[in-house]
Amino acid sequence: MLELKGLTCGYGRFVAVRDLSFTVRRGEAMAVLGANGAGKTSTLMAIAGQVAVQSGAILFDGEDITALSPMARCARGLALAPEGRRLFRDLTVRENLVVGGYVRAARATAANMDKVLALFPRLEERLDNLAGSLSGGEQQMAAIGRAMMAEPRLLLIDEVSLGLMPKNVDICYEALDALRRAGLTIVLIEQSLERVLDMVDHVCVLESGSLAWAGTAADARGNPDVIRAYMGGVHG
Amino acid sequence: MGAYELTLVAVVSINVMLALGLNLITGFCGQVSLGHAAFFGTGAYAAALMAAAGWPLPVVLVAGGVTAAVLGLLVGFTSLRVREDFLAITTMGVGFVFVGFVRKQGWLGAEMGLTNIPDHGLGDIGFILMCLGLVAAMAAISAHIKRSWLGFGFAAVADDEATARTLGINVPLYKLAAFVIGTFLAGVAGAVYVYFTRFIIPGAFGFTVSISILSMVIVGGVGSLWGVIVAAVLLTLLPEFSRVINDYKLLLYGALIVLTMRFAPDGLAGIVTSLSRRLRRSET
Repeated sequence: MLELKGLTCGYGRFVAVRDLSFTVRRGEAMAVLGANGAGKTSTLMAIAGQVAVQSGAILFDGEDITALSPMARCARGLALAPEGRRLFRDLTVRENLVVGGYVRAARATAANMDKVLALFPRLEERLDNLAGSLSGGEQQMAAIGRAMMAEPRLLLIDEVSLGLMPKNVDICYEALDALRRAGLTIVLIEQSLERVLDMVDHVCVLESGSLAWAGTAADARGNPDVIRAYMGGVHG
Repeated sequence: MGAYELTLVAVVSINVMLALGLNLITGFCGQVSLGHAAFFGTGAYAAALMAAAGWPLPVVLVAGGVTAAVLGLLVGFTSLRVREDFLAITTMGVGFVFVGFVRKQGWLGAEMGLTNIPDHGLGDIGFILMCLGLVAAMAAISAHIKRSWLGFGFAAVADDEATARTLGINVPLYKLAAFVIGTFLAGVAGAVYVYFTRFIIPGAFGFTVSISILSMVIVGGVGSLWGVIVAAVLLTLLPEFSRVINDYKLLLYGALIVLTMRFAPDGLAGIVTSLSRRLRRSET
């Protein structure tokens, strides 16, 4: 479903990710791991169309989307729950969800909102609260919910559990697991290694913007190379 | 109601219309504009020419709005290229270019302005009712936009353009829509101003007018509908009730902008919201 072919991307002259290639099949979940500054967020942002691709290609369902705008990518079924959640703070939760469904027909909004509320029942009582007033966990639920309003086929999530209480982390992961079981393809960035390995099929580890290790979640578990790369140096 | 009171109502109405227009661009959609007087002036000059040519009042009002909206669309395109402080400087430049252009155009009366603008034919009370009706209509349109898809899109663009893009929101289209609608309202206000004064000069649409309108939006609370209306009314009336304030009007407006941004960035609306929240908390 998603294929990165020699992706090099960055900001101006700065190269954040160099010659990165990987494939995610339909219905699979992949975790992108690495130390701070390894290029994880840049990779996700490049897939979503927020970071300039300097060379290489991004294929989505066989179509080259490298040159497409973020809007066009979203319309094709690619949604991002960004780092820091980035909800629209002056809009209510309900309005944030409505905005999330911008690329879909207005008549689908109510049904999609029901699905999001079934996924995160806690949001129901917060629907009319301003997004800026939510707790971190609720914001993450709203951010994932907002992304789901676009009826994506590929969900990109940056830092699922960062700064969340364990109980909220459980809620988010249970929701992601349910989505994955329902056939959604997921690519996520996560700091919590053990937690993410329970959910994903594949792992790729980045180090200094390059692919340091790739394999199945089962192979990654307890693998010293993965742990070293995760801690900031695969060759250490 | 005497002539003075009627005049005050007309001036307040025009300023509320201008503030509502700028609030749509800057408050709802987050696009800073320091040249709103140029759109006000464009509407006024277009209306003056059409009124002098004998066109009926409703057509003149719409034409004033449309002419300003065309300029608004052109300026809106610059908002796709520049952002924030650069957009502020660009729109300020548009304001200066407008006044400089009009001052050199003989067919627009140059420095002497345009006169011979016919009476609106509604009578004093009829004219005031029209002004109030337009204010009510613009406030209703603003309120409707704020709670509609368009308003959610504006809020998303204002808050976080990059995230809005990843959600598939057509950011350029929303920015252009904000400029077109906001400047249309300014153009209609310009047409009303023309019928009110029946005489216009370039100086009536200078930078100080843009800053006055901006101060109404900032003091009222950027993006707040009722806050902006209240601030526009207060800031228009305040100089009328005190000679000293009138003499130092611009100083007052400037100081209010600085003080509001430093101590109450959400303006009057933010202060009232915060007070009512505290009140509710103390009751429970």
